[in-house]
Order: sequence, then structure tokens, then C-alpha cells
Amino acid sequence: MDYSLMREFADSWGLLAMALFFVGTVAFAFRPGSRKQADEAARIPLKDD
Amino acid sequence: MKFGTEIVVMCVFTFLALVAAGFGVDEPFRQHMWVLFFVLLGFVIVLLRNTSFAPAAPVDPSAYMDGPVRYGAIATMFWGVVGMLVGVIIALQLAYPDLNIEPWFNLGRLRPLHTSGVVFAFGGNALICTSMYVVQRTSRARLFGGNLAWFVFWGYQLFIVMAATGYLLGITESREYAEPEWYVDIWLTIVWVAYLVLFLGTILKRKEPHIYVANWFYLSFIVTIAMLHLINNLSMPASLLGSKSYSAFSGVQDALTQWWYGHNAVGFFLTAGFLGMMYYFVPKQVNRPVYSYRLSIIHFWALIFLYIWAGPHHLHYTALPDWAQTLGMVFSIMLWMPSWGGMINGLMTLSGAWDKLRTDPIVRMMVMAIAFYGMSTFEGPMMSIKAVNSLSHYTDWTIGHVHSGALGWVGMISFGAIYYMVPKLWNRERLYSLRLVTWHFWLATLGIVVYAAVMWVSGIMQGLMWREYDEQGFLVYSFAETVAAMHPYYVMRAVGGAMYLAGAVIMAWNITMTILGYQREEEPMPGSVPALQPAQ
Repeated sequence: MDYSLMREFADSWGLLAMALFFVGTVAFAFRPGSRKQADEAARIPLKDD
Repeated sequence: MKFGTEIVVMCVFTFLALVAAGFGVDEPFRQHMWVLFFVLLGFVIVLLRNTSFAPAAPVDPSAYMDGPVRYGAIATMFWGVVGMLVGVIIALQLAYPDLNIEPWFNLGRLRPLHTSGVVFAFGGNALICTSMYVVQRTSRARLFGGNLAWFVFWGYQLFIVMAATGYLLGITESREYAEPEWYVDIWLTIVWVAYLVLFLGTILKRKEPHIYVANWFYLSFIVTIAMLHLINNLSMPASLLGSKSYSAFSGVQDALTQWWYGHNAVGFFLTAGFLGMMYYFVPKQVNRPVYSYRLSIIHFWALIFLYIWAGPHHLHYTALPDWAQTLGMVFSIMLWMPSWGGMINGLMTLSGAWDKLRTDPIVRMMVMAIAFYGMSTFEGPMMSIKAVNSLSHYTDWTIGHVHSGALGWVGMISFGAIYYMVPKLWNRERLYSLRLVTWHFWLATLGIVVYAAVMWVSGIMQGLMWREYDEQGFLVYSFAETVAAMHPYYVMRAVGGAMYLAGAVIMAWNITMTILGYQREEEPMPGSVPALQPAQ
């Protein structure tokens, strides 16, 4: 495994995988029905002392 | 507690330190091991004196473990004042070189003491103690692993003492923000892994089904710092009883590894960790949920994905390949989006409660922190643009930028968190004095403004003088002339820093009196209590 091989992997499949993962997190955050869950999660700190 | 195992293990290490002090191959290492010997010996004595054979009170497994958090809050305050004091001293040394006292207290040795003192000792303690506070309350679970939290706390203090004394003795790896030598690095690795186990273990045994976003930020800070620290400090000691080691990398690879580390120390230590603080303490202090929880999730992932690539912007116009410089610049500019998304999210948490800005100086402090987060994360990407960097790099402008982030964002949000936590941790009704918080707020804010503005003028002047050519193509100014021109700004910078330090000293007084249980008799903040109406 040399530099060129890693470089090639990084700017092809590696880049694609990370971009897809990021798009996935955004899509997941804004999926239908997430607002209610998010509002509940936002109240977690306020439930305690 | 009998502390049996602890005392035996500590005695062994104390003895080993003594052996190393005797057989060390270089003088600084022997001196450093004497320091270690006396620190460990002191520790053993304290443990021996605190040994009690009475049966230990049973631990309530549902109660939060706040002992290490209390110690952490005090340590934060202590190291904060020390680190800022050293900052003012080196600012004066730059203005008045006669203040350099050879060999231990010259600028070269005190500067890393200041940077590590404020970043790792003040900031690190603030992060560790608030993370322990927040993870318990948002997971509704006691800290994992019994006394592990105490090990993390004391182990981290030992790291600070060894790093700080090493700098003064002249022991350094010369890597920015990673100066401690190999044996101190190994110790920090052990402490950090324990911290990771402590934090993850607490999250794993949580009673709350969802992991609150603040914990995501804290966890990313812990994991990333572990990775950065390990890779940047890969080195080979010249001797197992010596203070010198050689990096595993060389040349431009070494430089890039260092700035990949250096910039992500800013990104994950000074940003992600403190954002965790923001996402818990701002909602608590204003008693409102965060403006948009979904935005906070996107803030998290965008920050994680972008920050890690921004390091090469520290190496513009160097031997680093051009494409890597451009990559660093592009990712730095893209960081505008998560940074400002996060800033808006933090500020908008106050929507509907803006009146608190007038009545609550702690909220004011937090808002000023978020405002400085926005300003310094605007300035940073701008400075990473190659054309701007060709003027700003190596000048005081960079120093001003770092301090608007460190004093404005990191300092102010930590102060806000400590002011919030201390009355709760010691079961006090309120702080000793809210008026003193107002004093602290104004001294700190004005101090930062003076500091940053002076460094802009000084840095841009310095950069312009360096690049000034006459019509025949000769440089107009010698280097010494640019240094002399900066003298008035160096004096003003020391004044700004001293104002910030004065605010921190006031805070230390306020916190101490709160812990001791005093309440200052004073007029309430205007607007916080409804004004009495005269009888008709």
C-alpha cells in the first residue's frame, strides 16, 4: 500500500463514502416526523434540576 | 477509604522517579524527575494522611458524582488565573525585553507555558469538569467506573505540572501546542484513554434513551484529541532515561502532521468541546430549549466533516504541495457554514428571552462568547484565503485572531458555565455577587476589544512593512525596524491582557466567596425584580 494507492482511494471511494454519509445525516435530521422527536430531545437538559 | 492499592502503586512510581532522577542521561531530565519525585511524594503523603479504616459510607448509585466536578471547577479557575498571568508577563517581555530572565523565565520558555496553561490547563479542566457535569445530567446516570473520574482529574493535573515544569527546564519537542516530551505524552495518553472510558461508559449506562447533542460534541472532542495526540507525537526517544526524542516524520510531512494536529486542536479542543458547553449551559441559563435541535445535529456533522481538512492553511506558500494548500483553504472557507449555523442556533436560543441580557450578566457573558465565536470563525476562514494569508501570516494579526477566539469564545463560555455550575455544585442559593459578574464581563470584553484591535493594527502594519519595496526592488525596512515600530502596540496589548486578567481575578474572588458560603449584600440587577409601586 503506497501513497498513490491511498491517494487514489481517498479522492474516489473515500470521498464518495464521506459525502454520502454526510448527505445521509442531513436527510436523517430532516426526515418526515423528526420535528417532534427533535423537540423532545431539545428538552432533555431542562427536565433535570 | 483505605487507599491501599493507590498508596502501593504511587510508592512504586515515586521510587522509579527517584531512580530516574539518579540515572537520567541529561541534566534537564534529571531535574524533571526530581520534580516528579517530589510531586508524587506529596501525593503519597496526602493519601497516607487521608487513610481511614472506618467503613466507607455506601455510595448511592443513583446520585450524581460531583466531587471531581467541584475539584475541576476550582482547578479551572486556578489554572485560568495562572495561565493568563503568564500571558500578561510574556506580553510585557515582548514590550520590554529586559524582563526576560535567563534561563528559566525567558520568552521562549514562558510562551509554551502560557499557551498550554490557558489551552490545556484552563480550557482542558473546564472541558473535563463540565463534560462530567453535563453527561451525568443529560444521561441521568452516575459517572461510570467508581474512582475512575478521580484518576482522570488527578492524572490530568499531573500532566499539567509535568508539562509546565518541563517547559521551564527547557524540555520541549518544539511542536506548537504539543511541546511536552515523549514520557509526558505517554502519561497523557493513559489519562485520556481513561477519560474516554469514563465518558463512554456513562453514556452507555444512560437512562435517557436519546444522547443529547452536547454529549456528541464532547465525545467527538475526546475521540479526536486522542487520535491527534497519538499521531502527532509518534517519536523515538533517544534514551529511555533522557528528555530527547525524534519525530517519526521529517520535512514537509512532519510540518503537515503538526498542523493537522495544531488546527484540529483548535477545531476539536477549543471549538467542538466548548460547543458542547454552549448546547447545555445556554439553554439551562435562559431556561429554554435550544433554538433548533435539528440544526444542532447538522452543525455537529458539518463541523466534524470539514474541520479535519483545514490544517494545511497554516502552511500556505511553503514546501507543502499546492493542491494541499488549496484544499486546506477551501475547507476552511466552507467552515463558515457550520460555524455561523451554530452561532445562530446559540443566539436564537434566547429568542423570547432577550430581556435576560439586561438582567442576567451570566447570559450576557454567554451571548458575548457566542458573538466572538461568530466573529473569530468569520475572521479565520478569511485569513486562510491565500491572498489574505500572504499579508497576515507570521504577523501579529494571527495572534489577535487566536485571542479573539480564545479570550472571547473559549474564555467567556467557560466563565459562564462555571458561574452557572458553582452555586449548584455547592448548594448555594446564588453567587456571592452578580455585580462582580458585571464587572468581570466589562473588563473581559473591553480587554478583548483592546487586544484584538491593537493586534490588527500591529499585524497589518507589520505585514505591510515586510513587503514594502522601493522603486529599485530593495526592501524598505529592516526586520529590526518592524520590531521597533510595534513597541507601542505591544504595550497596549499588555494593557488589554491585564484587563482580561483583572476580570478573571475578580471571578476567582467571587467564586471563592460563593464556595465559602457568603452572599454579598447588594442592589439587585435593574429589571430583575419588579420595581415597587408607591402606595396610592
